Amino acid sequence: MLELKNVSFEVAQNDGTTQIIKDLSFTIPDGRLTVITGPNGGGKSTLAKLIMGLEKATGGEILWNGEDITGMSVTDRARLGIGYAFQQPPRFKGMKVSKLLELANGSPLAEETCCEYLSRVGLCAREYINREIDSTLSGGELKRIEIATLLVRKPKLAIFDEPEAGIDLWSFAMLVDTFDKLRKTGDQTVMIISHQERILQLADDIMVLQDGGIREFGPREEIFPTLGSINMSSYSCMK
Amino acid sequence: MIDTVIQSMLSTIAGINGKVEGAFNLRENGQGVERYSTENVKIVPKKDKPGIDIFIRPGTKGESVHIPVVLTQSGLNDLVYNDFFIGEGADVTIIAGCGIHNDGCDNTEHDGIHSFKIGKNAHIRYVEKHYGEGTGTGERILNPTTIVDMDEGSSCEMEMVQIAGVSSTIRKTEANLGPKAKLLITERLMTHGDQHADSDVVIHLNGADSSAQVISRSVAKDRSHQIFHPIAQGNALCHAHIQCDTILMDEAHVQSIPEIEANHPDAAIIHEAAIGRINNEQMLKLETLGLDEQQAEKIIIDAFLE
Repeated sequence: MLELKNVSFEVAQNDGTTQIIKDLSFTIPDGRLTVITGPNGGGKSTLAKLIMGLEKATGGEILWNGEDITGMSVTDRARLGIGYAFQQPPRFKGMKVSKLLELANGSPLAEETCCEYLSRVGLCAREYINREIDSTLSGGELKRIEIATLLVRKPKLAIFDEPEAGIDLWSFAMLVDTFDKLRKTGDQTVMIISHQERILQLADDIMVLQDGGIREFGPREEIFPTLGSINMSSYSCMK
Repeated sequence: MIDTVIQSMLSTIAGINGKVEGAFNLRENGQGVERYSTENVKIVPKKDKPGIDIFIRPGTKGESVHIPVVLTQSGLNDLVYNDFFIGEGADVTIIAGCGIHNDGCDNTEHDGIHSFKIGKNAHIRYVEKHYGEGTGTGERILNPTTIVDMDEGSSCEMEMVQIAGVSSTIRKTEANLGPKAKLLITERLMTHGDQHADSDVVIHLNGADSSAQVISRSVAKDRSHQIFHPIAQGNALCHAHIQCDTILMDEAHVQSIPEIEANHPDAAIIHEAAIGRINNEQMLKLETLGLDEQQAEKIIIDAFLE
């Protein structure tokens, strides 16, 4: 179970500080698929990074299965079973796709297994396992390999940051199917940051994040029908 | 003891474990100690100076030639000239490489002067690994010079690797490309401690439709120094691409000096160079996979130099 208690995140800006995440509290029970949506700049990616430890909360507590992980390093959180697929994954000169998947797995992976995971993200696997993760890969290819690393890793809590970004329509259908299977097995807790209706429709719960706070959070059946009518213009703009 | 040292170095620098297939010349502490030729590859000792001539018969396909050098005697300064004559249409792999084991306080140095005359439409792959080890305070110095003359339609792939333990190196490489000749140089270098490494590459693209690519990747650790000075000179319709990437660590110092010159209106030459610390996003990505900082750093460097 993931619990956030009064979590906030501030950054220094110009003369003062800006609050990106404001006093956020919520709980995500095990085995649920939660889709986080909301306008750009609302704090979705920051929230994901705070949970993974890529950014450190400036206030509040983050608990994972009852353990306070607020001050823990990224490595330690990863070892506790938290995983994150980057919105903009880095490239690695010289590293083969198969090597990255093996690192995600934590032990050597059979070629067939590598191929199977790559196929799940819509990549024609044999062409890719020996490719280097460098600038010869397109943004969409890189992104799909990133998603595959998290599928291989199978963390207890898997966070996907805008997995659909840069992915073509055909691969997107494959991805939706993959997430649907992930949800049905229910042995992982999944958080997906997304704006895609088809991904929102997979959710057990939907959270709408706006201006660093929760605007709506509840079961898909309740939240999804209201999404169209939520005024997404920023509060700060309306002031 | 010495035998074990030599065997282990041969394995490191030339992948030799036991009997070698094909032509072979082993130079140990300034002397040729073992040599055999094959029907297509003749190795002949020079009469006027230290070194060997290697003749590869035209049309030879798929053979390999191993010419490793090992030095275990502290204080030795070994200078050797190796000249390769590669016949028309041949396709061979040449594995060179030098290992110095220095347990003494005197400097040990090996200067290998290699020249290649690559015949029409011939193709060679040349692999050269440099490595130093030993407990002595004496330096381990390797100063290789490589001169490649490429005839029409020939191609040459050179892999030059300096693994570790070389106190100082000045590497000079010169290539002269004829029409349709194709050259690929990949250089992998790691320096640590107070080591120095200089690499000068000069490529003259003289023939029409010739092309050259240099991919240099290095890691500079501790207080080590590296200087790269690749020059590509286009004297005909040609393509050249030079790419130098360095990962900078600790207090190391790296200089990359690009030089490209076009003496023909159809010469297209590109140079890219980058020096920087390990990308933080790469570190974070690997940490999200459960690796700690040291493990992540090692993985990134090993992949980069692969």
